[in-house]
Amino acid sequence: MATIVPFGPQHPVLPEPLHLKLVLEDEIVKEALPTLGYVHRGLETLASIRDMDQMVQIVERVCGICSCIHAHTYCMCIEGLMGIEVPQRADFLRVIWSELHRMHSHLLWLGLLADAFGMESMFMHAWRIRERVMDVMEATAGNRVIISVNKIGGVRRDMSPEQLRWVLQVVDELETELDKIKAVLTNDYSVKKRTVGVGVLTYQQAYELGAAGPQLRGSGVAQDMRMTGYGAYKYIDFAPVVEKDGDSWARTMVRFRELYQSIDIVRQLIAKIPDGEIAAKVKGKPTGEIVCRSEQPRGELMYYVRATGDKYLDRVRIRTPTFANVPPLLAMLPGCEMADVPIIALSIDPCISCTER
Amino acid sequence: MFDMTATVLRNFLSKTHTRLYPFQVRETFENVRGNLDIRIEECIMCGMCQKKCPSQCITVNKEAKTWEVDPYSCVYCGICVDHCPTDCLFMHSEHRKPARIKENNQQIQLKGPEKKKKAQE
Repeated sequence: MATIVPFGPQHPVLPEPLHLKLVLEDEIVKEALPTLGYVHRGLETLASIRDMDQMVQIVERVCGICSCIHAHTYCMCIEGLMGIEVPQRADFLRVIWSELHRMHSHLLWLGLLADAFGMESMFMHAWRIRERVMDVMEATAGNRVIISVNKIGGVRRDMSPEQLRWVLQVVDELETELDKIKAVLTNDYSVKKRTVGVGVLTYQQAYELGAAGPQLRGSGVAQDMRMTGYGAYKYIDFAPVVEKDGDSWARTMVRFRELYQSIDIVRQLIAKIPDGEIAAKVKGKPTGEIVCRSEQPRGELMYYVRATGDKYLDRVRIRTPTFANVPPLLAMLPGCEMADVPIIALSIDPCISCTER
Repeated sequence: MFDMTATVLRNFLSKTHTRLYPFQVRETFENVRGNLDIRIEECIMCGMCQKKCPSQCITVNKEAKTWEVDPYSCVYCGICVDHCPTDCLFMHSEHRKPARIKENNQQIQLKGPEKKKKAQE
């Protein structure tokens, strides 16, 4: 006989409210039915009462963790519509802050995952390392998480050469700290026991269900929106991080290796950053419609903006990666044990307030 | 095993990694957006901050010559500071102190100088 067990919206492993109705037979999950809508805030609708400059701060609040990337993508849309050429230095600074966001997001997630499989010391170490990244953002941008540095046409703050040198120093420290965690993460028996072979998503499933980000790359699909070369990524040399297995372990390793990749990208950016202006002048109002895509820590982010030359934008539509990652989650859950559900749910790095906006 | 013993001993002998927050406050960095403030005597009551604020936490009353901010709505983005024509708005790097209760009077209201008003008339 099937039993229905509710998982969430209040659950110790979930940072945000996602509700799954788990249909169980003994300890095995047969089906999972999701319910979303606990944190809907109507941020897209705010476009009709806030002007396009104010919307930069509003879209940053779609997701607390990757706020800079949201604002970057939104600004790319408006700049594309108005034909503004962003100064090269601004592009580099935006991408430096974006990569710092990716690092702190992945470290936060690593901590949460460690907490979910009961390894509290790694949770605390991951968050201790993350604190260094947030210090960098506080010192360079003014705030710790929602940093509000993007504006239409460029960025609001510049980094001095001393600050850039200090960022490099912090990034070096991060690498040594990560090496220490890597030894624990990759060799520990209990970590592998909880993650290897749990929540397998095959290449075919990932492709067909439209998974995004580390979820997709963990299943062997080499797709990364940064390869499209938006912002300053076109000047940087890197390749998407791919793992073949498609289980929770593969996704963990994709995110862990992306931390090293982000460190490498920050180093390249600081080595190549040009001097010059940090913001272009903006005049007039945008007209037309545009779609911009970028890579969030969780995957592909898409913005659609339609403007009619009015003070307010006609429509802002945001498609976030967790929205794309929910169907693959539902495909992974049937057949797994009840005790593995928290690990599998966390392995997609759910950001529910992103999804519901 | 030996690695772990060394780590345990080091942790026993080293300083704590955390602070007792309200008693021991971490030093903030320069130019951090901690708290919004105004030099009210320099304010010309143009209302630009109110117009540009994304969270609409500032209210400027030209007749009564008052400038109000709701600190619970403010998101500390610093847009008002960027747009202030007289540079009378500024951000402190210290954050607001924790409190046990939300004060009833949330608004911080400041009154501009009366003299200027008479001079204008």
